[in-house]
Amino acid sequence: MNDLYNNAIGHWVIVTIAITALLFVVLTATAYTVWFERVALGRIQRRPGPNRVGPYGLLQLAADGIKLAFKESFVPATTDRILYVLAPCIAVGAAFLAWAVIPIGLWDNPKVTYWIADVNIGVLLVFAFSSLNVYAIVIGGYASNNKYSLLGGLRAAAQLISYEVALGLSLVPTFMIVGSLRLRDIVDYTVTWGPYHGPIPLILLTPIGFIIYIIAAVAETNRAPFDLPEAEQELIGGFLTEYSGLKFVMYYLAEYVNMITVSALATLLFFGGWYLWFVPPFLAFLIKVVLLLFLYIWLRGTFPRLRYDMLMRLGWKVLLPLGIVNVIVTGIILLAVQG
Amino acid sequence: MAGDENGVNDDKPEHPTPLRGPDEGLPPKPEGKRPGVAADIGALATGLKTTLREFFSPVVTTMYPEEKTPRSERYRGRHYLRRYENGLERCIGCELCAAACPVGCILVIAAENTDENRVSPGERYAKTYEINMLRCIFCGYCEDACPVQAIVLGPEYELSDTSREKFIYTKEKLLEPLPPDVEARLKAAPPHPTASSGTSPPAGK
Repeated sequence: MNDLYNNAIGHWVIVTIAITALLFVVLTATAYTVWFERVALGRIQRRPGPNRVGPYGLLQLAADGIKLAFKESFVPATTDRILYVLAPCIAVGAAFLAWAVIPIGLWDNPKVTYWIADVNIGVLLVFAFSSLNVYAIVIGGYASNNKYSLLGGLRAAAQLISYEVALGLSLVPTFMIVGSLRLRDIVDYTVTWGPYHGPIPLILLTPIGFIIYIIAAVAETNRAPFDLPEAEQELIGGFLTEYSGLKFVMYYLAEYVNMITVSALATLLFFGGWYLWFVPPFLAFLIKVVLLLFLYIWLRGTFPRLRYDMLMRLGWKVLLPLGIVNVIVTGIILLAVQG
Repeated sequence: MAGDENGVNDDKPEHPTPLRGPDEGLPPKPEGKRPGVAADIGALATGLKTTLREFFSPVVTTMYPEEKTPRSERYRGRHYLRRYENGLERCIGCELCAAACPVGCILVIAAENTDENRVSPGERYAKTYEINMLRCIFCGYCEDACPVQAIVLGPEYELSDTSREKFIYTKEKLLEPLPPDVEARLKAAPPHPTASSGTSPPAGK
């Protein structure tokens, strides 16, 4: 396998197959994340959730997908046609691109390297791709030529820019401790604490960083209680107002892929990735991601949406200073420990 | 009010309800200090605890088509036309139900009973008896108006169908036997006692 991988043509064959496989895996995971969310939200409200289509409602998403795919592709008359179609494409493209660098623990053999991309600036790439999401929302809001869409787009721009700073800062202590931006290196970071020698979940070293990360990540993915760009009640769906059918599906897909991306990133950066006692690597990774997704859904089921000024205050006056202090304190402790 | 002060709108009658002062009529402001950050985070944790507890509580949904909530004995659903125990129809074609119906959804066309063709114990019987269930408001006035308690409202409420024509309930459909528990209840306690409320036709016929 390794010889084939090092061959120029074989390399591309393998990468293409891996990309296709990953696309399939992520799409399926997205479908079942939606199912999981609906069931978990239902249980929080003492309802059973979807349970009609297929066993335990597991085919609900297939039914929804078919229904949405066969809807008329309606474009309102006064939209900017090109941008209107382009915006959801950006959303879904950016969401999937981030998965190129996320290692999901599919290998055991140290000889076989991770296939799609094992770059040394992995985390930066993920953030670069996920910030493209703001363009999708702003352009979608602008191109719809509808006041609610535009308001939603503007809110998204302000919100994403505010929380991106906090999100970036929350991870700086992790990079300072590990000394690498490569996601594999961060997971493989090992410590020697007395008798114990091996990888640790980095949340033990950067708990404040994790708290900032999870709040900022929920805001970055426009999920409740930070779903102001959508805000059905005030903005009748915000940037999504004029979208229906497949274009709506693309936004919807992007939101859930982003949710999984952020959970996977949190797993890699704070919870030791694919290491979990004796559990096989891929399964360990899956368990951690599912638990983080449940945290997301739990937050959505519990908290009401923030008011806009509260959102900005939380971002700029609480998370950002906390992030900076976290970086400084981590630096001082690192200096003290390492000399 | 402002007009009163500078005398511009003096000729206009004053509004019957006076203007409210700045703090008048509002709930009292909470006393003491605003809760601190720790209390706020505690409140968030309480919320999370509540939803997690609900997550692990049993589901309370009634899975409707498979399981149904118990119905009231007095529920008024679709109509039935009753028969006497000897098989004769109770309906005597008097059209009082059609007259009582507030939406006019009942059509009765009566015909004479003859000795060869005796359908009901009275002089006449309902040759056609139709109820338009799309119009019916299930008020039960027909049941009240009927002198022989021929028409009653049964317990069925699942009346959906696939075409408008199917909602015109004909006499054949209405003459289907009542559910036994409803029949037993009507026998034990007739809705209103009349000469012919019994289980067999009135005497002398």
